[in-house]
Amino acid sequence: MTSPHLLWLLSGVGAILLVASIAGEVLRKRLSADGHNSVIENLNARIAAWWVMVILLGIAFLAGKTGVVLLFALASFAALREFLTLTTHSRADHWSLLACFFIVLPLQYYFVLIDWYGMYAVFIPVHVFLLLPVLSALRGSTKDFLVRVSETQWALMICVYCVSHVPALLYLQIPGFEGRNVILIAYLIFVVQLSDVMQYVWGKLVGRTKIAPTLSPSKTWEGFIGGTLTATLVGTSLWWMTPFTILQAAGMCLILTLMGFFGGLVMSAIKRDRGVKDWGHLIPGHGGFIDRLDSVIFAAPIFFHVTRYYWSLT
Amino acid sequence: MITALRVFAAGVVGQAISVFARFMTAPRAIWQGIEPVPRQRVYFANHSSNGDFVLLWTVLPAPLRRQTRPVAALDYWLKSPLRAFIGRDVFNAVLIDRRPEARTTDPVAQMVEALDKGASLILFPEGQRNMSEEALLPFKSGLYHLAKTRPEVDLVPVWIANLNKVMPKGEIIPVPLICTLTFGAALHLSPDEAKDAFLTRASSALLALAPAPLGKA
Repeated sequence: MTSPHLLWLLSGVGAILLVASIAGEVLRKRLSADGHNSVIENLNARIAAWWVMVILLGIAFLAGKTGVVLLFALASFAALREFLTLTTHSRADHWSLLACFFIVLPLQYYFVLIDWYGMYAVFIPVHVFLLLPVLSALRGSTKDFLVRVSETQWALMICVYCVSHVPALLYLQIPGFEGRNVILIAYLIFVVQLSDVMQYVWGKLVGRTKIAPTLSPSKTWEGFIGGTLTATLVGTSLWWMTPFTILQAAGMCLILTLMGFFGGLVMSAIKRDRGVKDWGHLIPGHGGFIDRLDSVIFAAPIFFHVTRYYWSLT
Repeated sequence: MITALRVFAAGVVGQAISVFARFMTAPRAIWQGIEPVPRQRVYFANHSSNGDFVLLWTVLPAPLRRQTRPVAALDYWLKSPLRAFIGRDVFNAVLIDRRPEARTTDPVAQMVEALDKGASLILFPEGQRNMSEEALLPFKSGLYHLAKTRPEVDLVPVWIANLNKVMPKGEIIPVPLICTLTFGAALHLSPDEAKDAFLTRASSALLALAPAPLGKA
C-alpha cells in the first residue's frame, strides 16, 4: 500500500519533527534547564507524542487496509471511552453503553472493512439511533431519558461514525489514482494537523485577539488565520500527489482547515460545559485522543463525501 | 517445580489482570499530596467495586507494586480455588477474617505483621463495598489500631473515582470508562488523638479528594 508519494510525505513529516525536536531541545537548554517552564516542557512532550503517532500511522499504512481500519477502530475505542466518561448516564444505560463499545463500534468498522458503503453510511445515524434507546427504555428508568440517549448518540456519531470515515477513504475508486488511496488519508491528516500545529505556533507568537474567550483562551484570530493559511498553502503545494488540480487542492485544504477549526471549537464547548480542560490524559502534552482528533473528526466525513461525490466512481 | 510454575502463573495472571484493567479504565493516578516513591505506606481508599484494589495496584509503579499487599476478606477470597489463587498468589493479599466470632487471628495483628516484614498495604476502612447513596460509609476501627501500633507509617488516602460506573451493582460485564485515582497527603495519628476523632479526620481527608461532579467544577 506504499507509494513513492507516501514515502515523500512521511519523510517530510519526519524532517519537520526532527527540526522541531532539535528546536525543542535548544529551547529547553536555554529557557527551561531545570524543567520549570511549563510551555517548553509541554512543547517537548507534544513533539515526542507526535513521533509516536506518526510512527504508529506509518506502521498501519505498511500493514495495509486491515491495519488502517484496526488503528482507527482502536482510536475510536479510546475516544469513545473518553467521551462517555463525561456524558450523563445512569445504571439503566449499562446495556446500551456495552452495546456502543462491543457491538456498534466493531460492526461499523467491519462494514468499512468489507466496503459496504450503503450500510456504514446509515448504520449509526439510522439503525443505532432507533434501536439503542430501546435498550435504555427497557430498563425502565425515565429520569433524564432524553439527555441520556442524546448524549450517547452524540458520542457514537463523533467518536465512531465520523472517525470511521478516515479508513473509508481507502475504498474510494478514483480513476487514475488506483492503489494510492492511502495518500488521501495521509493528506487529510497532514493538512488538518498542520493547521492545528500552525494555529498553535502563530497563536503563541502573535496571538492577541481572542475568537471565543468563553470557549478557549488559546484560540485567537491571528492564530486561526495564520494557521489555516499556512496549512492551505503547504497543502496546495502538495497537489501533485493528490487526485486534485492546484485550484481544487486549495479549495479542499480550505474546507479541511475550516472544518478542523470548527471541530476544535465545538469540542471545546463540550469540555467547558463539563468543567474539564482535556478529554483524557493518554497522549502526553496533548491530553486525550479527542483533544488530538477533534479537528480530524469534523474534517473527515466532509472530505470523504466531497471526494466521493466529485471524484469517485462508487 | 510446582512452586516455580505457580509463581510464574501468578506473575502472568497479575500482568493480564493489570492490562485488562488499563484497557477498560485507562486509570489515571493523580499524586496530589505525595510522590510515588518507595516508602512504606498504608493506602486507604473508598470501596465501591471489587475492582478497587486491582486498579490501585495497577497504577502503582512496578517497584512499589511488588511491595504492596491488599488487605482482603478471607471469607470472600477463599471461597473457590480460582479466587484463592488470585487472592493469595497473584495479589499476595493479607487475608483477614471479618467475622469476630469465627476468627482465630486478630486482623490488626496480621496487618502489623505484614508491615513489619516491609510491605505496604491497601486497606478499605469502610469494611465492605459501599452500595448506599452516601459517598462513604463510617470507617471501621482497624485503621486507628494500625495507626496506633505503627505510628511512623504513612497513612495515604486514595479516592477512586468512577469505577462504580464501570461496573454498577448487579452487572457482570464492565463498560469502558476512564477512572481517576487521587492520592492525598499522608496522615499520622496525633499523640492524644481519640479513636473517633482520628477516624473522622481520616474519613474527611479521603472525601476531600473526591472530584467535583461533572459540570460543577
